[in-house]
Amino acid sequence: MKLKTLAMTLALGTLLTTGAALAQEKIKIGVSIPAATHGWAGGLNWHAQEAEKRLEATHSNIDIIIVTADGPSDQASDLEDLVSVQQIDALVVLPFESGPLTDPVKQVKASGAFITVVDRGLTEPGIEDVYVAGNNTELGRISAEYMKSRLQSGDNIVILRGIPTVIDTERFDAFMAEIEGSGINVLDDEFANWNRDDGFEVMQDFLSRFPDIDAVWAQDDDITLGVVEAVKQAGRDKDLFIVGGAGMKDIIKGVMEGDELVPVDVLYPPAMIATAMDVTVAKFTSNGPVQGRYVLGAPLITPENAEDFYYPDSPF
Amino acid sequence: MSDLARETSQMKPAGKPRIDLKTAGPLIALIILVIIGYSLNPLFLSEGNISNLLTRSAFIGIIAVGATFVITAGGIDLSVGSMAAFIAGMMIIIMNAAADTFGVSLTTVLIGAGCSVILGIGAGFINGFMTTKGKIEAFIVTLGTMGIYRSLVTYFANGGTLSLQSPVRDIYRPVYYDSVLGVPIPVLVFVLVAIAGWVLMNRTAFGRYCMAIGSNEAVARYSAIKVDRIKTITYVLQGLCVSLATIIYVPRLGSASSATGVLWELEAIAAVIIGGTMLKGGFGRVGGTVIGALILTAIANILNLTDIISNYLNGTVQGVIIIVAVYLQRANISARRKPKT
Repeated sequence: MKLKTLAMTLALGTLLTTGAALAQEKIKIGVSIPAATHGWAGGLNWHAQEAEKRLEATHSNIDIIIVTADGPSDQASDLEDLVSVQQIDALVVLPFESGPLTDPVKQVKASGAFITVVDRGLTEPGIEDVYVAGNNTELGRISAEYMKSRLQSGDNIVILRGIPTVIDTERFDAFMAEIEGSGINVLDDEFANWNRDDGFEVMQDFLSRFPDIDAVWAQDDDITLGVVEAVKQAGRDKDLFIVGGAGMKDIIKGVMEGDELVPVDVLYPPAMIATAMDVTVAKFTSNGPVQGRYVLGAPLITPENAEDFYYPDSPF
Repeated sequence: MSDLARETSQMKPAGKPRIDLKTAGPLIALIILVIIGYSLNPLFLSEGNISNLLTRSAFIGIIAVGATFVITAGGIDLSVGSMAAFIAGMMIIIMNAAADTFGVSLTTVLIGAGCSVILGIGAGFINGFMTTKGKIEAFIVTLGTMGIYRSLVTYFANGGTLSLQSPVRDIYRPVYYDSVLGVPIPVLVFVLVAIAGWVLMNRTAFGRYCMAIGSNEAVARYSAIKVDRIKTITYVLQGLCVSLATIIYVPRLGSASSATGVLWELEAIAAVIIGGTMLKGGFGRVGGTVIGALILTAIANILNLTDIISNYLNGTVQGVIIIVAVYLQRANISARRKPKT
């Protein structure tokens, strides 16, 4: 009995020490992202997992822990756990909302971890070591630029926006600024909540309200799919074209195949999380400096370059 | 808003002496809304818009008819939105798989629809069984299943979107987009479900039992009503309604994702309450529920047809109209009581 206990204690002790030794050798990187509650976030989750597999396979000393949250407060708890339980050396975080997450990320920073912030910034400067983001302003501007290239003064467009957030406002304001002075009329804009059903319904209403629409800016590819159905139902698919945004695989496939209704897309890739993870790992493996801001482009996706942005296995 | 208030005060005295105001309340609210809609944009009453509006209200309407029974019997079902997303997702998976065996044919679509009905009834039964036999509050049971279905659809879609194979979709598509004698099919289904619901509620023993259980469960039990069975059946009916709504929903966009059916449960409950059914149970109006669903869809439609109100305030307008619509009925009820006492 006593011997058995002793043996077990010994075994356990050995396990613990080896465990601790391993933990010391490995660099732990926590990745905290929103759960897959809509298409883009689903793509984000997929790309994070793919990057985890790839990075752990190529770097034996890197251990990546991905956690997903349903809301800002959930994410704050996740960050606490990453620090206290996992004792991470670096954090890659895509904050649900900038305000509420600023303090929790600051706490992680205080533990000595290297901080990479993705997409939505924090409200206080100087917390993050690396900032990786898509370019919302550019997304709006490029979309407007394409509209200008295809339309003439006096043509009419409608806009389906996302949900009322800073991201949406940035895109919208940049679009409006670029379109100004071109003579293109923006008939109206409504929120379609980055959602297919709402995209369908809002577009149906636009179609019955405006007999003459030459183009639609749908701002997001989930909305685009709803818009496409509404336009087809009304039989007006020959009268107009739609510009989406984000880089959903179905849309990109359509662009590749020369779809006339949705001829182009503007990139806002969920794969940016992989970029952020790469940069963070580089902090521990590269001999060059990695601190700074990495802002991805928002290129126009056309039939010529669509293949570069096509991920058939991604859920988004 | 002042328009609404003015209209209301004009309508009330006119209708008061003759018609049952409790029944008329929601209808008056809808008529006022139609007048507002038309005055803001005459296109509101165009044939195309009315057809869109009715077709759209079919989903929430059909689900809300089921919810009327659950709420009348003193229960609540918070899982309907997630259930719809889950069933839609399963239908798509099943039809995609069936297409490999049975080819792109009507059989494939029928298999999908059949599975939808089975899943709906099964899911409803689980809610009902846990509530009655498991003695867990309906609020808690359905809160639990709400989370379960929502995460299951996210899991099956791998966080993205489940899409129906496009050849199958071409066969299935008319179910949403076609019409019979000028009536869109979803509207037709909605009308049939509403008629069936009305008969069940007002002309059968089952409807009376629901009301009896909702107003006093203990008394109903002593009156030899099989309370557990009746309550379970209300959840099964709810599940069946969700599956019917899903069958006409899937061909619209041919896809399901974790964003499908979000907050439908609240819209369904709102439609039921606007229609004059009491949230605490004991009194149910299927006709009112239909009007409630139309009111909800009309509000969103009107807001899309006008640009007078800031986009940011859409939710406020909807909230105010819902509260006013229910207040109209309350005011009518108390107005009717006063002369008697």
